[in-house]
Amino acid sequence: MTHLAAERGAAQAKPFDRARALAAFKLGDATFYWLTRLSALTVLLILGGIILSLIVGAWPAIKAFGLDFLVTRRWAPNLEPSPVLGALGPIYGTLVTSLIAMLIAVPVGIGIAVFLTEFCPPALRRPVGVAIELLAGIPSIIYGMWGFFVLAPFMTDRVMPVLIAIFEPIPVLNVIFAGPPSYLSLFNASVVLAIMILPFITAISRDVFQTVPPMLKESAYGLGCTTWEVVKNVVIPFTRAGVIGGIMLALGRALGETMAVTFIIGNSFKITGSIFAPGTTISAAIASEFAEASGLHMSALILLGLLLFVLTFIVLAAARLMLARLEAQAGK
Amino acid sequence: MNALYTARARKDRIIRVLCISAAAFGLTWLALILGTLFWNGFAGLNLSVFTELTPPPGSKTGGLANAIAGSVLMTIIGVGIGAPLGLFAGTYLAEYGRHEKLSFYVRFINDILLSAPSIVIGLFVYGAVVVPMGGFSAFAGSLALAVIVVPVVVRTTEDMLLLVPNQLREAASALGLPRSLVIKQVAYKAARTGIITGILLATARVAGETAPLLFTALSNQFWNLDLTKTMANLPVTINNFVQSPYEYWRQLAWTGALLITLAVLALNVVARLLAAERKSK
Repeated sequence: MTHLAAERGAAQAKPFDRARALAAFKLGDATFYWLTRLSALTVLLILGGIILSLIVGAWPAIKAFGLDFLVTRRWAPNLEPSPVLGALGPIYGTLVTSLIAMLIAVPVGIGIAVFLTEFCPPALRRPVGVAIELLAGIPSIIYGMWGFFVLAPFMTDRVMPVLIAIFEPIPVLNVIFAGPPSYLSLFNASVVLAIMILPFITAISRDVFQTVPPMLKESAYGLGCTTWEVVKNVVIPFTRAGVIGGIMLALGRALGETMAVTFIIGNSFKITGSIFAPGTTISAAIASEFAEASGLHMSALILLGLLLFVLTFIVLAAARLMLARLEAQAGK
Repeated sequence: MNALYTARARKDRIIRVLCISAAAFGLTWLALILGTLFWNGFAGLNLSVFTELTPPPGSKTGGLANAIAGSVLMTIIGVGIGAPLGLFAGTYLAEYGRHEKLSFYVRFINDILLSAPSIVIGLFVYGAVVVPMGGFSAFAGSLALAVIVVPVVVRTTEDMLLLVPNQLREAASALGLPRSLVIKQVAYKAARTGIITGILLATARVAGETAPLLFTALSNQFWNLDLTKTMANLPVTINNFVQSPYEYWRQLAWTGALLITLAVLALNVVARLLAAERKSK
């Protein structure tokens, strides 16, 4: 109390010091400016740190294998005298699973988005939209474990034998769909991946479709277009850049996804050509082998991580540029 | 003419059916996932899940107490580090450097980090923190989560601050407030619910992250709140239990998955309610 009273007395005694208050403001201003500016620079630092730390970790493997790493099929970490490690298997698995996942998820996701924006009764629009958005937020390990316990047995016992029988007599396709069915397979991983990115594609496409000015759509309806003709001739051309950007964002996610595929892909580095055979992806290989790895093996896994980062960086950068184009167009 | 009309109408109907079946197909899968998760998760949900430690191999009792505590602790620290950093960076983009070249680069890189594979972030923290510190630690795990939080918060903070009308800032400046106080007293207050929504969404995003923790925090079977050692956490525990041969471990994995999902859904719902409240104002 006495302290407070003393302070009050002092404040009353001194006249308001304008210069001092302004100096305090100036200091506070400068501090806050630099605090925020340094934080913004931290974002760039994080990227630099990721690239640098991956290159440092991968350096022994880069030195040992060079560009051969990209085209070597063999993955033999325990070979004497020195291990032979090649990334072709994981790269192949990553591209194949992402491709199949996109083939399933893109048409279905865009279909749902069209349904939500054009065909859906208004009463259902919000609940279904919210449900899709909530599902996009569920952690990928949940999808992975569901795939492991539920989807893989179902696909392997019911779906795969049928597909194998259908494609048996057709050349080329009978290699891609060759048996025997396996619980751990590229195909099962792809389906889980597709289900995981489905809400994501739907949510983005719906958001993008909603940027179409109602006036444009109504003009087309006024000319007598059917709903499908409006979608095909107005909505999709208007939002093309945005939809492709959204698809590429989803692709970036599919390429780098770890937990949804690790359980059911089998971690096999062989390339058989059949999608029903076990395989591996870059991220699954890192996640499954990291704990037991050391030395050159560890370094090769980090090099795989670096490859994955470069791959996703290119895809994501392209996606962002396309989405930025749509934003610029909408802003006009 | 009539034939053309019927053909167009038929085509429209076919597409309509295709779109509706796409919606039914997609929603069925998603409903199946949630259905299985809730069915299996609730079957193992009881008090001992929250009070007992994760079981040793073969044991028929045990819970997830240490994993839950570890997850909560690491998430809080991760958000505690990442959210202020993201908040300030987003503030710079929206308030100080709106049209700067630097902001353009930061924005672009931030958008890429936003969707960068989380496993790569785990490898980054492994190389940058775990190796120099000489061992796996919960602190490294929290840092990995913080790296994931930053871009989400940067993005939402910037978007929300851009929504604040400039007249508000001009009015405050006209009263003689210095720039930093205009931002702190006026812009932050106007954008508060939006910024909180962003932080909640970022929390939801990292609550279930598994891949980065595999290389940073690992997991263990003990009660440990020491940040310099490995710490049990739900996602890695689930990861280890799913692939185990023990029925009881698998059951616990489902229960843990249910807990994570419920937490994530709850965070999302709260964030949504906040956002809705902002819109109605």
